[in-house]
Amino acid sequence: MHISFLNHANGRYFWVAIALVGASIVAYLLQEPHQTPNGGTWLGYTLGTMGALLILWLIYLGRRKRNFAAGWGTVRGWVSAHVYLGTSLLVVATLHTGFQFGINVHTLAYVLMCVVIVSGLYGVWAYRTYPEARNELKRSQTLDDIFLQLEDIDGQLKRDVSALAADIRGVVSSAIDRTEIGGGMYAQLAGVDSSKVMIDGNVYPNTDQVRVVAWLVQRLSLAEGSETGKLSAVVRSYGARQKLLQVIRSDIRFQALQEAWLYLHVPLSIALLAALLTHIVSVFIYW
Amino acid sequence: MFEIAVIGAGPGGLSAAARCAELDVEHVLLESSPKIANTIQKYQKGKHVMAEPGILPLRSPIEFDAGKREAILGNWETGIKTVGVNIQYGAEVKAISGSQGNFVISLMNGEEVLARHIILGIGLQGNPRQMGVPGEQSEVVQYTLDDPGEYKDESIAIIGAGDAAIENAIALAANNKVYIVNRKDEFARAKEGNLNLIMAAIDAGTIECYYDSSPAGVEALDGGDFPANLLLKTATGDAVVPLHRIIARLGAIPPRKLVESFGIEFPSEDQNAIPALTSQYESNVTGMYVIGALGGYPLIKQAMNQGYEVVEYILGHDVKPADNDLLAAKLNGLPYELEVDGVLALMQERIPVFADVNALQFRELMLDSNVSMPAKGDVIFKQHDYTNTFFTILEGTVEIEVNPTLRITANAGSFFGEMSLMSGRRRSASVYAGPRCIVIETPRRSMIKLISSVAAVKRVLDETFIVRTIQQKFAPDTPIEELQPIAARAKMHQFQPKEVIFKEGDEADTLHFIRNGSVTVSIEIDGRDVVMSYVPANTPIGEMALLGNTTRSATVKAAVKTETISLDKESFSLLLERSAGLKERLQAMVKDRHEQNVALQSNSESSDLMSFLMGQGLGEATDVLLIDENICVGCDLCESACAATHDGTSRLNRKAGPTFAHIHVPTSCRHCEDPSCMKDCPPDAIQRGGLGGEVFIGDNCIGCGNCERNCPYGVIQMAYKTEAPSNYWSWMLFGLGQKPGRGKAAVVGESSFKQAVKCDMCKDQSGGPSCVRACPTGAAMRLSPEDFVDLVNVVR
Ligand SMILES: Cc1cc2nc3c(=O)[nH]c(=O)nc-3n(C[C@H](O)[C@H](O)[C@H](O)COP(=O)(O)OP(=O)(O)OC[C@H]3O[C@@H](n4cnc5c(N)ncnc54)[C@H](O)[C@@H]3O)c2cc1C
Ligand code: HEM
Ligand code: HEM
Ligand code: SF4
Ligand code: SF4
Repeated sequence: MHISFLNHANGRYFWVAIALVGASIVAYLLQEPHQTPNGGTWLGYTLGTMGALLILWLIYLGRRKRNFAAGWGTVRGWVSAHVYLGTSLLVVATLHTGFQFGINVHTLAYVLMCVVIVSGLYGVWAYRTYPEARNELKRSQTLDDIFLQLEDIDGQLKRDVSALAADIRGVVSSAIDRTEIGGGMYAQLAGVDSSKVMIDGNVYPNTDQVRVVAWLVQRLSLAEGSETGKLSAVVRSYGARQKLLQVIRSDIRFQALQEAWLYLHVPLSIALLAALLTHIVSVFIYW
Repeated sequence: MFEIAVIGAGPGGLSAAARCAELDVEHVLLESSPKIANTIQKYQKGKHVMAEPGILPLRSPIEFDAGKREAILGNWETGIKTVGVNIQYGAEVKAISGSQGNFVISLMNGEEVLARHIILGIGLQGNPRQMGVPGEQSEVVQYTLDDPGEYKDESIAIIGAGDAAIENAIALAANNKVYIVNRKDEFARAKEGNLNLIMAAIDAGTIECYYDSSPAGVEALDGGDFPANLLLKTATGDAVVPLHRIIARLGAIPPRKLVESFGIEFPSEDQNAIPALTSQYESNVTGMYVIGALGGYPLIKQAMNQGYEVVEYILGHDVKPADNDLLAAKLNGLPYELEVDGVLALMQERIPVFADVNALQFRELMLDSNVSMPAKGDVIFKQHDYTNTFFTILEGTVEIEVNPTLRITANAGSFFGEMSLMSGRRRSASVYAGPRCIVIETPRRSMIKLISSVAAVKRVLDETFIVRTIQQKFAPDTPIEELQPIAARAKMHQFQPKEVIFKEGDEADTLHFIRNGSVTVSIEIDGRDVVMSYVPANTPIGEMALLGNTTRSATVKAAVKTETISLDKESFSLLLERSAGLKERLQAMVKDRHEQNVALQSNSESSDLMSFLMGQGLGEATDVLLIDENICVGCDLCESACAATHDGTSRLNRKAGPTFAHIHVPTSCRHCEDPSCMKDCPPDAIQRGGLGGEVFIGDNCIGCGNCERNCPYGVIQMAYKTEAPSNYWSWMLFGLGQKPGRGKAAVVGESSFKQAVKCDMCKDQSGGPSCVRACPTGAAMRLSPEDFVDLVNVVR
């Protein structure tokens, strides 16, 4: 493997994060014993301020990664720092709270932060897992390449069945026409296949093209004379079509799994920002 | 009998004929097409024509300034009417006989024209190749297609299988029934994109293809739905296709053969060679003059100026060329009390490499060159700089620092900088000015042009290159004179891509030094060729076996077109004797290579990857963008970043391009050692520069599209500039404007037109290439081929 955001600059930000976490823990343990740990102490203020600044900076990644003319550093470096320092927040902010949780806006901010961090951790795992899985799945081709192959096979199948009996023509072309790819967020994540096929005027589910293939194989056993050869060619092509669809569907699903977390990570970051502001303003009024 | 016959009504010919008319000289202007300036007529509609070079003044009776194609053509038409040019359209010249005072010009239509002098300005575009079958004069046959939108609901046959034929067929198929007639059984000559398009169209049935077929005739029909039949010879017999229109796209016949048939000589077989001309544009045929693109001046303004000047010369008037003031300014400040011509003559006299160059060519060379008088000790260039200009010394001396212990003094009349000029690689030495020195710096393109047309220049450069290479690389302490006999025995070799330089198991009898190009080293394992390493230009190869006196331990093949210099065993032994420490240095190098080889050998996947990279032509790259598909998340930030920092057009196409294992080679410039794109750029807008050695296109690009065609890797696009991207925060918070990095393809300003764009390695960005800097995961990387060995070893 070549240098990714995880081993950027030999993991420099990992060590920075460790140092930050270590220092916070030591300070927390050395706190004057008679003081209840809490956000209102001297240390509480320090850790809180540090946490808030970190959050602002973490959110700024959204801007930095689109500021293409920026001369400072690489986005790889920024993401590297983002993931390590972002994770360190888990310790820094927790120590700031002094473990005083309740049903209030303060704890809401804390919970939001945790969700954002956990989604981020999942993101790192997803970024390290899915691209490789997808590249292997597609054998180094692009999804567009595979769609082109599908188009070719569809055209081929339609031409091949045009010389065959009406029932075969009907089933194969309805199966092609009613093949569903993609769909909504849930369908993509769960890999739902709502493809259908029409047989004898009835519409049946055709998940993973199993129904047509079964019908074709059954029909092949009834074929006679020259039909046998042609139909078995169709069955073979259909098998290839089924494989392509599996690849496409898995790829779409993997891609959804690779990206879905961002739909949590980014909006909740904004929500966190709002809750955090409320928290800070409210503690000052309360005080 | 005309005093002057001008052939070709391009900018050069028009200007010449107009000057004749102005001076009341009896003249005729012969133009093969039905309109003036065929080359300009063929530019895309509304093209903004540039008046490069900006500093050159125009001298012509007809107007020309930057502007729209239509306006310029309109100006010229009124211009020649006003002065009263005698022009004949449809007059294609096919032969010329006779001599000065009595030329006989034969036209395609059988007519003959008599003239005392001839001005040839037929440009380089050539004439379209005809079908060569009965009936081809028919009205339904045409050789160009200006606007595919003009035709609807017609049956049209396209003859030909090149890119132009395919592009026309695809465009016409939208509204017409289209047939394409291909002499072969595949579209072998087409670019990959076009190949995919045409195959898809044929599969889908929107275009019908006749393979293995050639036209046999065109038959006019009376009445009926179709005006003509196209008769075809196909592999399975004859066919008859009823049609409305036939468009033959069989390429153009380059004019060189025709010009040679007039008696004009070219100095070499090289495609880019230009006929030798006097400083008054006269060719070796007395009374026959050559101007414009055909004479090696590829821009409109130059052609027009020459048209004016050549008429003056024929009439015996002594005019100074329009560029005289430019040259004078350039030479101003030199310590000579001489006119421009005098200084130029002096230069040719003092600098032997330029002695055999004719006066016109030398003038052109000096227009491109710079003369400077650096103070003693000034740096002229530094070792490892990525410049590749050529220097000659007019006065004084320079100090060439090959390494801290070796400084060579070069005297007046000699030259330096030829190593990088030849290899396309970094400077191999630093050069400092000596006392009172004057140096001439000539750009690479001008030198390459000179080398390809003047054999003597090539010879001198080659000989010097050999002896200097031997000195620098093998015997730094030995004086040049002692090396001369060794150099005299050295040989130059040229290898085509994949050609074997030597084979594993061969007896080792020579050492090769790679002058340009690069090679791969491979060994045979279980009957398979396993590539072990890549060796770039400016390195010796084959010294391993020679040192040990054994057989070759590996096969060496050219990765791209490669030139080497070879030394035989005796010369090599002689060198070893004369140069203390050489043996030890070479042995250390051999040891390094052995270690590298062992690392690669143990892994056949790495070796396959290396072969793949070389197969993509990356052997001639100096800096290439690769993507590790295992960590690429497909966010396209690399493309967005490129577009955002480059007028809204991304110069890289992430998805396009091949992938092997998980290394993807996106379509993006790889900054070739010897860039094909540079070869034929009229305003010399493509340059190589900077410390990164990037190849980039300047703002003076005239949009001719030559480079787009010449780049073997399809990385140049012709594009409009686009609007500046909108503000990030308004997009982020309120969804206003377009996504950052997705410039709207809006045309900016009135005079905008398509110019060539490609990767410039972000030379104007402070932090380096923005694609790589924008990649969040680190999948995008830029490498030079030297790093491939590390890449294939690390990536597993
Ligand atoms: C797409 C494109 C864009 C360009 N843009 C610019 C630009 O913006 N600015 C610029 O300065 N330059 C530009 N150029 C370059 C410019 O077009 C040429 O340098 C210029 O046209 C050369 O002029 P010429 O008179 O030498 O030859 P041409 O313009 O090529 O004219 C030759 C003429 O001779 C005729 N002819 C050929 N053979 C015969 C024959 N056997 N008998 C009789 N007549 C014959 C041809 O029909 C033609 O009309 C561009 C070139 C291209 C291809
Ligand atoms: C400028 C930054 C911050 C300041 C000034 C600040 C201030 C405070 C103060 C004064 C308290 C004590 C309140 C009390 O005793 O009732 C507190 C508690 C707390 N803070 Fe912060 N804080 C900051 C940042 C943060 C951040 C980044 C988080 C986490 C996202 C956070 C989460 C909490 C929580 C959960 C508590 C405990 C609430 C409770 O006591 O019920 N604070 N903070
Ligand atoms: C409170 C803490 C965090 C906040 C507020 C935050 C916020 C953000 C924001 C705003 C983005 C930009 C998304 C975009 O514009 O596309 C982002 C991206 C990202 N974050 Fe976080 N983040 C936090 C913590 C983390 C953690 C702990 C991790 C991982 C361990 C993480 C991993 C990522 C990753 C991998 C990206 C994607 C980078 C890219 O694709 O460009 N984040 N985060
Ligand atoms: S544009 Fe093409 S030919 Fe020119 S340097 Fe880039 S890859 Fe090479
Ligand atoms: S299109 Fe290419 S070759 Fe033509 S002027 Fe522009 S950069 Fe030069």
